[in-house]
Amino acid sequence: MQAKGSVFRYGDNIDTDVIIPARYLNTSDHKELAMHCMEDIDAEFITQVKQGDIIVADKNFGCGSSREHAPIAIKESGISCVIARTFARIFYRNSLNIGLPILECEEACDGIKAGDVVRVDFSTGLITNETSGKVFQSEPFPPFMQALIQAGGLAPYMVEKGEKA
Amino acid sequence: MGMTMTQKILAHHAKLDSVRVGQLIMADLDMVLGNDITAPVAINEFPKFGQKTVFDKDKVALVPDHFSPNKDIKAAQQCKALRMFAGEHGITNYFDVGQMGIEHALLPEKGLVGAGDLVIGADSHTCTYGALGAFSTGVGSTDMACGMASGQAWFKVPSAIKFNLTGKFSTHVSGKDLILHIIGMIGVDGALYQSMEYTGEGVASLTIDDRFTICNMAIEAGAKNGIFPVDDVTLAYLGEHCQRTPVIYEADSDAVYERVIDIDLSKVKSTVSFPHLPSNTRYIDEVGEIRIDQVVIGSCTNGHISDLREAAAILKGHKVAPWARCLIFPATQKIWKQAMNEGLFDIFIDSGCAVSTPTCGPCLGGHMGILAEGERAVSTTNRNFVGRMGHVKSEVYLASPSVAAASAIKGYIADPAKVQEAR
Ligand code: SF4
Repeated sequence: MQAKGSVFRYGDNIDTDVIIPARYLNTSDHKELAMHCMEDIDAEFITQVKQGDIIVADKNFGCGSSREHAPIAIKESGISCVIARTFARIFYRNSLNIGLPILECEEACDGIKAGDVVRVDFSTGLITNETSGKVFQSEPFPPFMQALIQAGGLAPYMVEKGEKA
Repeated sequence: MGMTMTQKILAHHAKLDSVRVGQLIMADLDMVLGNDITAPVAINEFPKFGQKTVFDKDKVALVPDHFSPNKDIKAAQQCKALRMFAGEHGITNYFDVGQMGIEHALLPEKGLVGAGDLVIGADSHTCTYGALGAFSTGVGSTDMACGMASGQAWFKVPSAIKFNLTGKFSTHVSGKDLILHIIGMIGVDGALYQSMEYTGEGVASLTIDDRFTICNMAIEAGAKNGIFPVDDVTLAYLGEHCQRTPVIYEADSDAVYERVIDIDLSKVKSTVSFPHLPSNTRYIDEVGEIRIDQVVIGSCTNGHISDLREAAAILKGHKVAPWARCLIFPATQKIWKQAMNEGLFDIFIDSGCAVSTPTCGPCLGGHMGILAEGERAVSTTNRNFVGRMGHVKSEVYLASPSVAAASAIKGYIADPAKVQEAR
């Protein structure tokens, strides 16, 4: 499984209120949520994002509320992967649970700028900056998480587990 | 190797003798919570888990508190989804308008969380119940759906920071000042993926409401949970609210902590978080002249009875500044009634405050007190992110009920000690 796209670059502490402002949470419609993704921090984002693009951010991405609407809005907007120095914990589990791949990698965050074209290989954790030619290694997922990702998220994973039990 | 209090609760619920930091476990749940924002997403996901019914109709709590009483048609649809799901599955802990309160004040009050419990909620401030010696943490809607279907959730066992408390608060200082002080010190990711475990002789002086406030904002430091040991204060609260026998876990004497932070409560001062991060703190004597337009007193952080008493004590005999609005949100119906019976509403209304029915309302910029462009609010809530309470160019300053009440009177962020002197 791979992702490739051009990069939107953000800083520290991108919180769920700017990823999807609470004023839009009176719906759970994915398309509607995506229309307002990143609106309060980057009004251009939604007009520029293309299918497959990648978000790269610094520390504590996704801090704040537990709203799954945040990774849903990002995924639905076309983003194929988020790379950050660290993620807030609820955002981290929500993303994996809904099948939005996210990776923590300090070196990649140092070596990727806005607009760079980046390729990510999820099975090896390799992140390649095609614009600069640099390659970065991120930590592969633990076995439990690989199984969850392979199953396609938490729901199919639990169903499979139930069938085996 | 010894375990922390959190690790012991997790091990027990995963039916393991011990757990170690970083281990992934599947644990049994005592309660699964959702609200009118997160539960509709979970309800859509629920059928994908291949179960026809919830795992236990007494162990799911649905609380439409965010945009309710319904603020618009879309919100009404969301609340209706909860109501229908609750009816269909015979969920006993569904609380509609009239019984509804802000979830994190309501669940403890209804006795739905006890010491030693393991609780997940599709709301980040689910970490509040650590005040009762429970492990509780916020998750997303898919986790909630999984929890409702299977009664289980996956966790990565956290490491911990130990906060060793000594001394006692001075006048006008409360749990809110302590947690803002801590977040200012360690940062919004200072406890990322970790537990914040409180201990030390200073704990005994903290009221249960202080503890709720302190655990409530664990997430603002990035933590997985906050937790207090079970003592007489906890047992008195549980005795009054919860039917079940408390299960008391204590950290092992050789438990390992990533960090130990000593705090003398008598040195903590009234603290304000400046926009746009809770970690952006200043002591009250360093804030300078900041004119405000709105004050919000309430929320899951500070909508308890002691918070309202604290605010009323400052507001009594004063008027809200002519250019400012002061909104009071008791967290539950029971707190509302108690405040009314104690005469707190007379004080609020005589000083020019508006009192609302329980709702999250302005805390998340939902309804009942949205800020316009350029407006500033002092709020006893827990987040001051960009656009949190309204326009992207509005500002939120987080503070205790005392500071909020003093600020309402002055129309500027104010020190409660100074307001009282002036009377
Ligand atoms: S009062 Fe605010 S922080 Fe608490 S549950 Fe409601 S929206 Fe969330």
